[in-house]
Amino acid sequence: MIAHAIFFYTFSIIAVVSAIMVTASKNTVHSVFFLILDFISISCLFIMIGAEFLGMIMLIVYVGAVAVLFLFVVMMLNVAQQKNQWFAGEQSSRHIPVGLIISTLIFFEIIIVIGGWKYKPEIFDINNSITQTSISNTHSLGQVLYTDYIHVFQISGMILLVAMVGAIVLTFRQRSGLKRQSYIKQISRERAEGVEVLEVQSNKGVKIDD
Amino acid sequence: MIEIGLGHYLTLGAVIFSIGVIGIFLNRKNIIVILMSIELILLAVNINLVAFSIYLGDLAGQVFTLFILTVAAAEAAIGLAIIVVYFRNSGTIRVEEIDNLKG
Repeated sequence: MIAHAIFFYTFSIIAVVSAIMVTASKNTVHSVFFLILDFISISCLFIMIGAEFLGMIMLIVYVGAVAVLFLFVVMMLNVAQQKNQWFAGEQSSRHIPVGLIISTLIFFEIIIVIGGWKYKPEIFDINNSITQTSISNTHSLGQVLYTDYIHVFQISGMILLVAMVGAIVLTFRQRSGLKRQSYIKQISRERAEGVEVLEVQSNKGVKIDD
Repeated sequence: MIEIGLGHYLTLGAVIFSIGVIGIFLNRKNIIVILMSIELILLAVNINLVAFSIYLGDLAGQVFTLFILTVAAAEAAIGLAIIVVYFRNSGTIRVEEIDNLKG
């Protein structure tokens, strides 16, 4: 139990500090790195409390795909050099007190909800049906995911497809003036239009027009 | 304090959620950090769902965390594509210079 507490506090302190650094650091590349650290520590927490599959998926999807995508865009757009001060301009600084007030209000509302809610004591006793069974977390998740939630699963696949098509359509642009290889033209080329036999007269060359 | 219960995880989720909301308001640099704050908010929601799922013994929370993960990945891809297109058109993604809608 004490090891649980030690690991929980370690990972959660790392997560909170890196979340603060995501919003506070001046360099955008550093923000992305702290975001990666945040995801890693949260997935360690997930693995620790028994949701191993989600922890691993989190590592793969967030760290492996989303954070790398962020890093790629940050480096491609060359905004990493924009080391501005936090509150650039007086015009925009009016939002900051309002934002701080709203977010502290949200925080205290959630804390009040958590602290004021009394759980039934037996609700923790009847459970552990998913942790004490002999099958693993991944196994039990798969048993539920592909039977009860199959339609939602299919819809999430459609969402990913739409996102992929949308991202490609948004960023695709047709460039003019580029010389590209055209396979159709190459394959459909006939000998008759490609090769021409000429009668070369002596001492006069052949004029080749292209 | 030593006994780690459901409340600890919910508090951690609340803290990260609030940091994400603060990051949206506080950020004046570029819009990518706002997207990252949205990812933080979704992460806090995931923490809540997984904690409830483990402590109540119901797998539905983990299943829905999986779907939230899917939607977050799709949202990040679309958002970053929009940012790339905007940067290509206007040359900046600083938050206070994106004022085409005069909001």
